[in-house]
Amino acid sequence: MEQAIEILFTASFWVAAIRIASPLIFATMGELICERAGVLNLGIEGIMTVGAFAGWFTVYSGGDLWTGVLIAALAGAMFGLLHATLTVPLGLSQHVVGIGITLLATSLTYFTYRLALPQVTTPPKIEPFQPLPIPGLSKIPILGEALFSQTPLTYLAFATVAIVAWVLYRTPIGLAVRAAGENPSAVEAQGISVTGIRMGAVMVGSALMAVGGAFLTMSAFNSFFFEMINGRGWICIALVVFGSWRPGKALLGAILFAAFDAYQVRLQQISGGVVPYQVFLMMPYALSILALILVARRATYPKALMIPYQKGER
Amino acid sequence: MRLEPKPAPSLGVTLLFPIAAIVVTLLITSLLVLAAGASPFSVFYLVAKGAAGSQFALLETLTRATPLIFTGLAVAVAFRAKLWNIGAEAQLYIGGVVTVVLGTGALPLPSYLLIPIIMIASMAAGALLLLGPAVLKTRFGVDEVVTTLLLNFIVLLFVSMLLEGVLKDPMGLGWPQSSKVIAEAQLPRIIQGKRLHYGFVIAVVAAIIAWIIMKKTVLGYEMRAVGHNPEAASFAGIPVNRVLMKTALLSGGLAALAGFSEVSGLKGNLTLDLSPGYGYSGIVVAMLAMLNPLGVIASAIFVAGIFVGADAMSRTAGVPSYIAQVMVATALLTMVTAILLTRFRVRWR
Repeated sequence: MEQAIEILFTASFWVAAIRIASPLIFATMGELICERAGVLNLGIEGIMTVGAFAGWFTVYSGGDLWTGVLIAALAGAMFGLLHATLTVPLGLSQHVVGIGITLLATSLTYFTYRLALPQVTTPPKIEPFQPLPIPGLSKIPILGEALFSQTPLTYLAFATVAIVAWVLYRTPIGLAVRAAGENPSAVEAQGISVTGIRMGAVMVGSALMAVGGAFLTMSAFNSFFFEMINGRGWICIALVVFGSWRPGKALLGAILFAAFDAYQVRLQQISGGVVPYQVFLMMPYALSILALILVARRATYPKALMIPYQKGER
Repeated sequence: MRLEPKPAPSLGVTLLFPIAAIVVTLLITSLLVLAAGASPFSVFYLVAKGAAGSQFALLETLTRATPLIFTGLAVAVAFRAKLWNIGAEAQLYIGGVVTVVLGTGALPLPSYLLIPIIMIASMAAGALLLLGPAVLKTRFGVDEVVTTLLLNFIVLLFVSMLLEGVLKDPMGLGWPQSSKVIAEAQLPRIIQGKRLHYGFVIAVVAAIIAWIIMKKTVLGYEMRAVGHNPEAASFAGIPVNRVLMKTALLSGGLAALAGFSEVSGLKGNLTLDLSPGYGYSGIVVAMLAMLNPLGVIASAIFVAGIFVGADAMSRTAGVPSYIAQVMVATALLTMVTAILLTRFRVRWR
């Protein structure tokens, strides 16, 4: 029991929590942008898979790490464009298209992987992003180590939250995005195209999801393997609801969730096999469902979420 | 741009767009085949031959179509009421669990009693599994898409726990697999010595029953009304929440039969690779069938044919068999677009 509490006061635990949170932060911000503009993006799981592969493969074929991140983002944006084309101007079911995008993106990734690396048994490794301790700050016990001795991609994740929050709440474009998700006719009345705003939001959001996937292959691990996203995308959708569509709250949710995830791995080690390990692995998914139940009653969905917009229709 | 409803699409238009969707799907997959350094024509020929070129191929396609009919039906009835059940994969595995729990000797009954009991118990388990998300949706407003998706992961871990624990085969040399079901719990083969089993017949009967429920009963009418417009349905006196519960029970039960039929008819035991994503492919099957239960039979055979054909093709032509999944996902997206375009005209101003 004491051991279980001691974990919380080790720096390595919090370092792991922030590392586990990073891909979730990117993808959660991506989903948040889409939903704030009124589009549920269920392509997230597949788009993260594409990002994980695209980033890793760029580096594996000789590109540098930041080029890999950029390629991942572009690949994500392309799938975002496909999703947006089908769901925004054509107004097709966001559920069906989203699942379709996930199936397509995942299978295309696996196909490309097999094509590029036909005869590999162990996934090849790349030289991933290395931790970049911030001088001074990283010396603060526990908190400093956790926050300031991470890889550059983690710092980018935190910066992304600040940028998303600033754009959404402090810029005209952010106002238009939020209005497109709440009251699209008001946006159109301002002479701004709802279609344009929504498509742009889905593309940017999808690019962030892909960078979240790329974090896994380029910072958390150093290779790509099948089914590595493992439901993280769906968890991010739950995190957006949990964070009531606000970047700051969603960030907090992601860190809480990741801390819990890091904690269950360590509990697993000290439990000594009394409890089957699968019970620990189930916890993150069960926790996501629990979180949804807790916030569902007071959740205020963007009013136009999942409602296609047709110009001139009311 | 905007969409305008077309007055009454002619037969030509109704056929034109779905055909165009197939052509576009083939064109896109051709590009991938070319990227793999093979000739599209020979690859498509090999896929078709592998799917339907011989008695063996045809039987294999029907065998693979069996679980897809069940999961396709599960999705079709749920989506009709706009209950977004993406958890057919989990319900399938629960059906498999119930089949090995009851079928490995716990109930020493003759076949004609044991098999119906296992079927009913499997359906009940699958139904209850989907009832959870349905209750969360109606009572608390929790989106069922996310809960059913997350349950897929939880249930798979649960099955893994059982297979390494209480359900582990003592003779399994340490593999995480269950014991084989007893002979009385096995569905017989339709043709001696071939893999096609009576699960296929049950699947076709299930499709017919689902079609009757959807088209000829009050419940089916209510499900369609709820799916079309819940507010209007509620205003018309339809108990929306209760209809959604019944839909969940029906859908979860159908998906669980996929697990039952795979274990009892084909595999004999439960393993962690019982389903290569049949639950997710069921979504494609249902959409290609435009949510019509009878159409599900045809679209399941079509999708199964692509999977079986691609497996055979990849052995000879060296194009990765993942091309099948790409093709099926592309077909889903092009087909929903095509169906929209038969009903609406796109105006660019």
